[in-house]
Amino acid sequence: MSDIVATNETILVVGGGISGISAALEAAEAGKQVILVEKNAYIGGRVTQLHKYFPKLCHPTCGMEINQRRAKTNPNLTILTMAEVTDISGDKGDYSIKVKLKPRYVNNNCTACGQCTDAVDAEFDSEFNYGLNQRKGAYIAYNNAYPQTYVLDERIIGTDDATKAKDACPADAIDLDMVEESIDLKAGAVVWATGWRPFDANKIQPYGYDRFDNVITNVEFERMNDLMGPTGGKVVRPSDGAEPKKIAFIQCAGSRDRNYLKHCSRICCMASLKQTHYVRENITDGTSDIYYIDIRAIDRFEDFYQKVQQDETVKFIKSKVAFITEGENNNPVLNGVDTEGYHRYANEYDMVVLAVGMEPSVNQSDFPVEIVMNEEGFIEMDEKNGGVFAAGCSSDALDVNRAVQSATASALRAVQVINQVGAVSPQNEGAK
Amino acid sequence: MADEIKTGAYICKGCDLGNRLNTDQLEMIATREGRVASAKSHDFLCGAEGVKMIQDDLDSGESNRVVIAACSRRAKTDAFNFAGVPMSRVNLREGVIWVRPDEDEAQETTQEMAEDYVRMGCAEIKFMSTPKASEEQGTNRHVLVVGGGITGMTAAIEAARAGYQVSLVEKTDALGGTTGQLYKRAPTRAPYADPEDTGVTELAQMLEDDDKVTIYLNSILSSSDGAPGRFDIEITTGDATQSISCGSIIQASGQTEFDANQLTEFSYADAPDVITQLEMEALAKAADGGPVKRPSDGKEVQNVVFVQCAGQRSDKEGHLSYCSGHCCNTSIKQAMYLKDNAEAAAEGSSIDVQTTILFTDLRTPGAGGEDFYRSGQNKGVTFRKGSVSGVSADAKVSFSDLILDEDDTIDADLVVLATGMIPNSGRNNEREDELAAQKTQLEAENKEVPQEILDEIAIPVESILNLKYRQGSDLPQLVSGFNDSHFICFPYETRRTGIYAAGPTRRPMDTQQAQEDATGATMKAIQAIENAGQGMAAHPRAGDLSYPSFRKEGCTQCKRCMMECPFGAIGFDEKGFPEYNEARCRRCGTCMGACPVRVISFENYSIDSVGQQIKACDIPDEFDEKPRLLVLACENDAYPALDMAAQNRFEYSAFVRVVPVRCLGSVNTIWITDALNSGYDGVVLMGCKKGDDYQCHFVKGSEMAHMRMSKIADTLQTLNLEEERVAVHEVAITDIHRVPELINDMAKTIDEIGMSPFKF
Repeated sequence: MSDIVATNETILVVGGGISGISAALEAAEAGKQVILVEKNAYIGGRVTQLHKYFPKLCHPTCGMEINQRRAKTNPNLTILTMAEVTDISGDKGDYSIKVKLKPRYVNNNCTACGQCTDAVDAEFDSEFNYGLNQRKGAYIAYNNAYPQTYVLDERIIGTDDATKAKDACPADAIDLDMVEESIDLKAGAVVWATGWRPFDANKIQPYGYDRFDNVITNVEFERMNDLMGPTGGKVVRPSDGAEPKKIAFIQCAGSRDRNYLKHCSRICCMASLKQTHYVRENITDGTSDIYYIDIRAIDRFEDFYQKVQQDETVKFIKSKVAFITEGENNNPVLNGVDTEGYHRYANEYDMVVLAVGMEPSVNQSDFPVEIVMNEEGFIEMDEKNGGVFAAGCSSDALDVNRAVQSATASALRAVQVINQVGAVSPQNEGAK
Repeated sequence: MADEIKTGAYICKGCDLGNRLNTDQLEMIATREGRVASAKSHDFLCGAEGVKMIQDDLDSGESNRVVIAACSRRAKTDAFNFAGVPMSRVNLREGVIWVRPDEDEAQETTQEMAEDYVRMGCAEIKFMSTPKASEEQGTNRHVLVVGGGITGMTAAIEAARAGYQVSLVEKTDALGGTTGQLYKRAPTRAPYADPEDTGVTELAQMLEDDDKVTIYLNSILSSSDGAPGRFDIEITTGDATQSISCGSIIQASGQTEFDANQLTEFSYADAPDVITQLEMEALAKAADGGPVKRPSDGKEVQNVVFVQCAGQRSDKEGHLSYCSGHCCNTSIKQAMYLKDNAEAAAEGSSIDVQTTILFTDLRTPGAGGEDFYRSGQNKGVTFRKGSVSGVSADAKVSFSDLILDEDDTIDADLVVLATGMIPNSGRNNEREDELAAQKTQLEAENKEVPQEILDEIAIPVESILNLKYRQGSDLPQLVSGFNDSHFICFPYETRRTGIYAAGPTRRPMDTQQAQEDATGATMKAIQAIENAGQGMAAHPRAGDLSYPSFRKEGCTQCKRCMMECPFGAIGFDEKGFPEYNEARCRRCGTCMGACPVRVISFENYSIDSVGQQIKACDIPDEFDEKPRLLVLACENDAYPALDMAAQNRFEYSAFVRVVPVRCLGSVNTIWITDALNSGYDGVVLMGCKKGDDYQCHFVKGSEMAHMRMSKIADTLQTLNLEEERVAVHEVAITDIHRVPELINDMAKTIDEIGMSPFKF
């Protein structure tokens, strides 16, 4: 890794989800040197785990393919995967950064032929599929993962499986002697794009996510509908593998609630409206009931909401569900009051999808540099942040389009810093 | 200069290719049939040693072009990266052995598949040269911003901060736009509790003080022409016009408040105390912290009702179907004006102003939105979920309370309608053309032109950009008149390269979002300048140096290329010959696909580079019972889907030969005709979704291809061939199961209708 050249004219992007990739590519395509640091073994982040995007119902892989190609062909961009920033010191225009590189145990020789996967026995919960199925100890997260390089799970290192994987590899790509490294980089500006994580549904005790098999989250529901996902695109009840017919969506599961997340996570209304499409497409005679406080299909998304309202298989119930109990056959029963007319209900479903919200991935206490955050944990725009600029869901709960907007804006803020410190800048054209 | 073509073909034996295929035979085919200078195999071509072998040949001059017969062109791009060297990737792994069973009886057809792909690669490389930057490029680090509202002002200051010169054109006599008319705005910082200053005055001052920024007030863009890096602009101020040049343009033309006169049920036209949100801002400004007085009689208001979604989120004639996004926060903010002013006036006494917000869905997303909503509740603003049926001339509001499930009225002394916004997006050239065509046709048929068409034609719309492009004066519009890109992943990609829309002309948004959007658009604007300067394409083929050129002697001046170009890149000269504006071009090749006389080509992508691949395949004679199917697959979605099918070892017919294309729009019908003429039995085209929710990365490419292919039936008839021999499919990148099926379907069809009679 000693071949990485980084100076105070380099932009460091932390996080390789849609925001980080977008920020990195926009800056790199404007001629700036960019280093992208991603914690996972692949870039793409949360959006790669989505089946479709609202409102076009197109597939995230499609845009990601373009972004991957942009990354492959851009000489200004260096991507470090399995890497985490552990420390940032210095000031705007002159930062020193420490990056921890975790061992992948697979080198660049890997041709992604997959023979190591076949060779090993150990299986672990698939992080990519939120634990809905298992993956091998030698694996690649998903079909179109980039880089197309396999990973050995560190839990098989030192076991027979590791040797089996190594022996199976025809490309001499497996290096069991890899160790964790720490590298030092310089950068003039930092784009912070570490994104979001789904709110931990276990915390919402009244909804019994931890107790009732057939209460799942919206992110899990996304994986179920993916043809290449853990269930091969089939929607199934975790309790018995049967296809659910009556499905309820509970909005603001954790969001807009002082006990959990104070903020509105913005995306969950549209996500559930989108998921009603999955129900109609993938489940014969399937129905969707949406329990909501406000349907926040803001701006042009309204058109999408209007269309869903015309769908006879979808019903809207204005109510914050009080609690869930389990009825016969492991059927979840939703209890509460319908606030349009104040009717007490106890409605039974085959499956319940909690529209869990988003919370920022990185807690303030874990930040490698001083940063101004609001109570919700999102980074505020502030002079005190110096040359560190938040992009995407580090700055607020955003949908993909807005996250990319935010990332593009942050890329400019970083470029401004570089143009001020740099020898190659519009102010100093002679150097070019 | 290495004028002589010396192609080295390198065949990989790794990833089981050596076991599954006869690579000696592939080498021989490359040399004898492909006429390459040298052909070599290697056990592990993408490894350091293999790559060195290739690099050594390039360095020694033994080869100056390479054919890599290994894995997909999407794999191992880091290893096979020889700058400036034309390269053809022959996909033997994902394209052959991974989609074929490893069985003895399949071996022969699998080997034939590989051999054909080697022939195709060797044919393609003959027609590829290294793209070089065109002669046209210019670097002009000057950004033009159209519109001096908060969006345009922000774009201007951000561009200046990045070191670029800026011209800011504003049609009124002051900067500020709509935001300048506001008393305050919704908060943009924690704790998101109170309205804050708009910041417009400071921003205007900053712009005036910045020597990189030139402000043109009372001015419009009277003409704009050129291309990224070299736009020629005329700015008209009163009677005077001056010319400037700039590298890119940001259109920040903002929005106009919906005309509340259309809302007769709310008595807006007759009732002085029924006002819009923007009028409420004026009242608050006038009050400046004191009691707000109503327009009719100057009485201090004590009971104010805010009607959300007035004329919005509605399918009624003349209403807006969309939600304007900002109005919920705006009403909360305005209710706070009243609450805060009353509190200040009363200094703790019990005098209060009743403020009621009637809404159906309260939309205050994000952290700031929800905090602000809560702050409104804390300040005593009343929120009622209600559907308003009418407002009387004396400001009595009738509504149905959706929670209590009963009808109610509020005797207000002021009613504020949240009417929403309409984008100032300029002329809708596509719609104008459509209407004009309808009118012409009706008149030609001696039919009466319906009044609504005449009315729509009669409405004058001012152009914002006055582009001199052949394709129209303004940025194309999509749904509801917004200049949006309609891409989720790539929000700034308009159909006019180097011109970026920002702010509410693009989608409904509040001031904070508009500022963020302006900053993003500025990033794209300076990027467009830097890329144009080096002759590089903009998104999605960023960095591509290839560009289309045409052979003038063959051109029939038919203008199809100009009409079909999705990006308005092509004009024509006084003789009607096309004029390419490379910096506007996105390199999709739609012009090449459109050209009926096939005179358009790129250095590394042309009628020949694909056509010769098609012709290079070995076509077995009819009695061999080995049909040949050609698949032309969009490289952005269909081709990756085929690769992923291969990763999963989904098998498909060995009779297929796949050629990736830049976009289905680049497919010229000659390829289909040639394929059929030379004995292919079927042709399958795979491109992206077209239509309103298009997924084509070049917007119209897929649509154009579908249109062209609808006319292929004539060709088939002339050749006396069945229509089923050509199929066009919309394919998504996730159609991993479906793409093999589509191929197998065609194989089945050929099985049923029989082999082509055109075998030689």
